[in-house]
Amino acid sequence: MGIEEKLPAGVLLTTVEKIAGYARKSSVWPATFGLACCAIELMSTGGPRHDLARFGMERASNTPRQADLMIVAGRVSQKMAPVLRQIYDQMSEPKWVISMGVCASSGGMFNNYAIVQGVDHIVPVDIYLPGCPPRPEMLIDSIVKLHDKIQNMKLGVNREHQITELEEAGLRRLPLAGGGAGVAAGAPHAAGRPQLGLLDQPAEGPTPGGTH
Amino acid sequence: MSGPAQPGEGDGAQGSSAAPDPAEVAGQERLSEQVMRTGMFGVGGSGDTSGYGGLQVRRPPRLASPRPYGSYFDEVADRLSQSLDQSGSSFGAAVEQVIVANGDLTFYVRREQLPSVAARLRDDPTLSFEMCLGVSGVHYPEETGSELHAVYHLLSITHNRRLRLEVTAPDADPHIPSLVAVYPTCDFHERETWDFFGIVFDGHPALTRIEMPDDWRGHPQRKDYPLGGIPVEYRGATIPPPDERRSYE
Amino acid sequence: MTAPADHDSDSYATGSEYDAEGRVYDVAGGDWDEVVVAAAADDERNSDERMVVNMGPQHPSTHGVLRLVLTLDGETVTELRPVIGYLHTGIEKNMEFRTWTQGTTFCTRMDYLAPIFNETAYCLAVERLLGVEAEIPERATIIRVLMMELNRISSHLTAIGTFGLELGATTVFIYGMREREKTLDIFELITGLRMNHAFIRPGGVAQDLPAGALERLREYLRVLPGLLGEIRALLDAAPVYHARTKNVAYLDVTGCMALGITGPILRAAGLPWDLRKSQPYCGYETYDFDVPVQQTADVFGRYMVRMDEMDQSLRIIQQCVDRLSGPRPADDPVMIADKKIAWPARLALGPDGMGNSPDHIAHIMSQSMEALIHHFKLVTEGFRVPAGQVYQAVESPRGELGCHAVSDGGTRPFRVHFRDPSFTNLQAVAAMAEGGLVADVIAAVASIDPVLGGVDR
Repeated sequence: MGIEEKLPAGVLLTTVEKIAGYARKSSVWPATFGLACCAIELMSTGGPRHDLARFGMERASNTPRQADLMIVAGRVSQKMAPVLRQIYDQMSEPKWVISMGVCASSGGMFNNYAIVQGVDHIVPVDIYLPGCPPRPEMLIDSIVKLHDKIQNMKLGVNREHQITELEEAGLRRLPLAGGGAGVAAGAPHAAGRPQLGLLDQPAEGPTPGGTH
Repeated sequence: MSGPAQPGEGDGAQGSSAAPDPAEVAGQERLSEQVMRTGMFGVGGSGDTSGYGGLQVRRPPRLASPRPYGSYFDEVADRLSQSLDQSGSSFGAAVEQVIVANGDLTFYVRREQLPSVAARLRDDPTLSFEMCLGVSGVHYPEETGSELHAVYHLLSITHNRRLRLEVTAPDADPHIPSLVAVYPTCDFHERETWDFFGIVFDGHPALTRIEMPDDWRGHPQRKDYPLGGIPVEYRGATIPPPDERRSYE
Repeated sequence: MTAPADHDSDSYATGSEYDAEGRVYDVAGGDWDEVVVAAAADDERNSDERMVVNMGPQHPSTHGVLRLVLTLDGETVTELRPVIGYLHTGIEKNMEFRTWTQGTTFCTRMDYLAPIFNETAYCLAVERLLGVEAEIPERATIIRVLMMELNRISSHLTAIGTFGLELGATTVFIYGMREREKTLDIFELITGLRMNHAFIRPGGVAQDLPAGALERLREYLRVLPGLLGEIRALLDAAPVYHARTKNVAYLDVTGCMALGITGPILRAAGLPWDLRKSQPYCGYETYDFDVPVQQTADVFGRYMVRMDEMDQSLRIIQQCVDRLSGPRPADDPVMIADKKIAWPARLALGPDGMGNSPDHIAHIMSQSMEALIHHFKLVTEGFRVPAGQVYQAVESPRGELGCHAVSDGGTRPFRVHFRDPSFTNLQAVAAMAEGGLVADVIAAVASIDPVLGGVDR
């Protein structure tokens, strides 16, 4: 089933990867997991000013079965965590996760009994997006970075090699040392491989005005 | 008290027919209150010789307000008192204390009398507090015997008035009668107060957890429940979670 | 129909007339008519068409993580139970470990569509505990009213936009978002953030209006009525909209009183109760505005109340802009004069963003020792609030938002509890939707306009 079984090798595989990557990234359907304030910014990103439709993403799939991308937007409470995992499990491969906002990435300002300190405790995350809440432009930046990652994702035998390379690079890399600016590292969606839990490059964007 | 008695003043029981000095009363009450917090800068058990480590701050006493209360508060208290007298109870039996502070009127109601007082407040046309704005729980761990407080805020739309009812219950017996029969809006609020403080509302139709997961143990907003955070990681260092940090009080 | 077969002749037979799934009919052959007649008779006796359906907590209705357990009899809802708590953040307990000023940053994230209202309720409560209500500068009060009314507009726009989205009218969503973006631009200009501003502080507001803000506001006031008119033109007379919203989710005044409902739901039921008029705060008694009321107590009435409230908010904003323009006295602060309470930082835009102005740094470092001490003590320790408790309510877009603040005399809140309107209003969803159709449940929930951040806190 699927394209992976019938893959050729060599040059032909490269072409197939490019086409598959292009097709996948051009029409990512988000399963918007809009929880709190970040959900409102997510809705604004789908609004007329910052338009997600230009990325083919305006059709937010409400059923996880047809979704590709789970944008965890908002704080995940202890009660919501099993639901989050269940929705993630219901999505079919290939799937990606953006943890939008600091609450989803690390627990945010709520360092307490009620909030899961980062959804990477529950689901493997591809892109971490800080901000409280991140501006729509920041979300679009993270989506574009994810598109790069999707485009460059290899298939079949090359995928195995890619996973091994990324894992070794991740093990060598020092935390927060900024290895490879702009290129998302880590391969959390390798089938059957454990996720390493190292930080990807956070999406960059204009720093939001703080309170001080 | 204030020095040796002057000759000719008579003994204390006869001479001081005037009311005791309120400042002295407050002072005595304050000294008899439990210690609320000790030390400054979170320092304890160290070689700190500044003396701040031995600081003991006591809670200010809850002084009942004298009459007249001001604005519409007297009318409310009088009418409630009348209504309670008519039914055979009395204001003093139902209400332990009346405090007027910060523009709010608070009745400290005995918990057994709470449903009848609330029903009276709702139904009496002069009082007519139709709307209850919910229950709020507060946990005072130092007030042995009345640690758990449940605070009800009432609103009278007809007369444009507000009122607060406060009910206490000890930790050993955290039961308060439910007001769902009088004010159905208290349903969710009482469930929340049970969830966070462990106050059992007797007579509530379905007192279950509402905010925390159903199998959660403990009542999170009590003072003896930790905040539950994790140490914050920085590059090469961590700082403790907010409830374990040095406090500048 | 033959008698139930015993186990010897038919190994699949249970031997009894009733199985776990219902009545067992044995069909031997040639007796189909008898079976059908018997089954129809049984159906009339116990029609068992009830289904328990779970909606949420992740579902398309964009009001957040609300879970509704419906018992359906066909398409009719016979029972509805809301389950909440999926967004519980422990904000109230978190605030007990932060200073009074830092509490603003936490409470602003509760009802995240109306953050200014959370902040205002909290700051007014703190100021009452401090006893400094009369000393808040007038300019700060006017700016607070301005921000609150702008937030009311943006919150109602989101409510109506998502309401349209859930009913299937996606154009309304686009219109609502477009208008909201203009409002968020103004928020960003004044406070620096689009949402969750932490702008209203105990003692005043964080900083004064920047240059050009009043001009932008006048532009906004010129443009918005036309855009709101577009939404009205689309919806007010649309027959499909009427069919889906009129006489749907009815809740009259008695029901509202019993369930503690305030806000647009109560005003759509006919009672003109608005805290801005009855128990004014922040100088609302000096502004000229009306309280829109409808008599229909259904979803359409609530929609009309929200649209009219936005028009009234524009009126109030116009009055605020008029008061803020004009010649200003030499000393026109936006923070209380008492240096032991006022947030010390004077913010300014520098090459690396917003931060303490160089003038302020120079002042505290080289000119005034007291200012340095105040800055240090206020930022690390915070000010002390006298012991006591207070309840302060404001009229948020969803109803009465109350803050019950208890202080023990220290620099941190002893207990802060927010009486959130959505928490109470959600109790009405069962009363509104039971007996109606499944599609009306969506309309009912959307007309209550709950924000689950406020519900769960």
